[in-house]
Amino acid sequence: MGQFTPTPHDPDARGHFGPWGGRFVPEALIAAVDELAAEYDKARLDPEFVNEFQRLLKDFAGRPSLLTEAPKFAEHAGTRVWLKREDLNHTGSHKINNVLGQALLTKRMGKKRVIAETGAGQHGVATATACALLGLDCVVYMGEVDTERQALNVARMRLLGAEVIPVKSGSRTLKDAINEALRDWVTNVDETHYLLGTAAGPHPFPLLVRDFHRVIGIEAREQVLEKTGRLPDAVIACVGGGSNAIGIFHGFIDDQDVRLIGVEPGGSGLDSGSHGATLTAGTPGSLHGAMSYVMQDEDGQITEAHSISAGLDYPGVGPEHSHLKDIGRAEYFPVTDAEAMEAFALLSRTEGIIPAIESSHALAGALKIGPSLGPDGLLVVNLSGRGDKDMDTAVKYFGLADGGQA
Amino acid sequence: MSSLSDVFAAAKAESRAALIGYLPAGFPTVDGSKDHLRSMVESGCDLVEVGLPFSDPVMDGPTIQAAAEQALSAGFRVSDLFDVVSAVSEAGGRAVVMTYWNPVLRYGVDAFARDLAAAGGLGIITPDLVPDEADDWMAASAAHGLDRTFLVAPSSTEERIAMTARASSGFLYATAVMGVTGARDVVSSAAPELVARVREHTTLPVGVGLGVRSGAQAAEIAGFADGVIVGSAFVSAVAEGDAAVRALAADLAKGVRSAAATV
Repeated sequence: MGQFTPTPHDPDARGHFGPWGGRFVPEALIAAVDELAAEYDKARLDPEFVNEFQRLLKDFAGRPSLLTEAPKFAEHAGTRVWLKREDLNHTGSHKINNVLGQALLTKRMGKKRVIAETGAGQHGVATATACALLGLDCVVYMGEVDTERQALNVARMRLLGAEVIPVKSGSRTLKDAINEALRDWVTNVDETHYLLGTAAGPHPFPLLVRDFHRVIGIEAREQVLEKTGRLPDAVIACVGGGSNAIGIFHGFIDDQDVRLIGVEPGGSGLDSGSHGATLTAGTPGSLHGAMSYVMQDEDGQITEAHSISAGLDYPGVGPEHSHLKDIGRAEYFPVTDAEAMEAFALLSRTEGIIPAIESSHALAGALKIGPSLGPDGLLVVNLSGRGDKDMDTAVKYFGLADGGQA
Repeated sequence: MSSLSDVFAAAKAESRAALIGYLPAGFPTVDGSKDHLRSMVESGCDLVEVGLPFSDPVMDGPTIQAAAEQALSAGFRVSDLFDVVSAVSEAGGRAVVMTYWNPVLRYGVDAFARDLAAAGGLGIITPDLVPDEADDWMAASAAHGLDRTFLVAPSSTEERIAMTARASSGFLYATAVMGVTGARDVVSSAAPELVARVREHTTLPVGVGLGVRSGAQAAEIAGFADGVIVGSAFVSAVAEGDAAVRALAADLAKGVRSAAATV
């Protein structure tokens, strides 16, 4: 099955996954999302587009990414663990898959300017990279709080030629960066493509972002069969907006015996109210253009998410995840900041791989699920990004600068 | 004929456009918004749009964003909205609500329509709800006798304008520019063209908004539209006090009556 082959899991023509998804956007943007959907429908069937995308994944991003066994980490999980190494992609995370695809679409549509939102900065860096490669103007909106905790990524984006605009409205994090990007888009939509970084937003974004990331699951399935001769018991990924998770899930979605597990940012714990576990604790609503689970109060005001990981700090989630939760095909649970940081340190020490704090949530999920599978069980964890960008957080969390030890 | 149709018919009988003024409920306080909205009615607004402050107002520029934030941090609740609408209707004014869709979803579409109708509200303007996703609202508005104002934009295709007009009642909202709310110095050249395109598909009255702040601009728009919609300028006027709100409404009311001279 190719990466762009339509599946039985595609949304309807208006972007609905069951009752989720759709288009809750101003009329002014409908022409742009219609244009994007039409262009994607043509592109996904166009060998020239598909070949160019795959060439960039191979020759620029460095795919396929490895599948690495993590035996010493696995001792702590009580079951076998393999890691899908999206951290080894160029720019250090899975985000490059989607941005290369959308940047190619931007060129096909004849647009010259790209805008993007970013939380941790991974999507912003990836977007700035793709724009540098393909000669597109790039503006990245980033919450002011995030520009402070991810200063190095701000510098990276600027070095790559992007303009980074700190967003000072609302909670000054990812959701506000998306608001500001949407305001820019509605104003400059003629020449601008909004390169949305996660599998959320109005149709066709959840579909095309998922498809650009399906390569993760397609590779992982082939690799795990080749290396272990069997399918895993479960595939585990972190879920903020949910793009890396939906990408790896789709490789296994028709393998009914493979559990699909999404790990949400539990922050200080669900009882504290300070978390970002949208699927676990949210309620149905429309945010940023689609129906999905959202974190909101009883008046429908969106509440702030909290996570030690800037990339998971989002009060919404992609609509397909809401659907997979409802139909029971995927399961979701939260891990806390503390559990994620413990897994972050554990993988670093046991395997010599420093994971992103986002991905550390998936690792913490593996430590929880593993014992129930036993020593013959097999887990594939999507290691969605590398942790270099998180050193500031780690230094503070573990007191590393004062001789502390994680 | 809906009551909203009456508003536009009455203005038309005077050979002028209707003046539609926007203010968020709860801004600067719940009672303050009631006072200012009543002043807007008394000073010449034929219709007021009562905004529902929302945490993530993606269609709004800095002025209305700040007003919504202020209302919410002062503890504004959705129940206050119906209270404000009641105050306007009890004072003899006519009100519609302008709201992002999520608070309506959360309240329950039918319950929201029921409570708005009970408060004397005439309809809802829905900036981020397109007719494609509005099945529940179509049913609820019909059940409770409310009008549906959807938006059209310069980027709308003919097909979408026709479809949006068919789904709307009362009046259609034409966004004069591609962009977010906020006062602008020059009326967009896209507005007359958009209104002309709309008229090929519907006889519904057409209101034009986004960027209007002066009597002169109101006069210009009144030359080709049935309603002139003013938002951010009223929000800004609130900071200067009720006299400024009244003065702005009066200036705009004069503007919508002097269109004939400018066209």
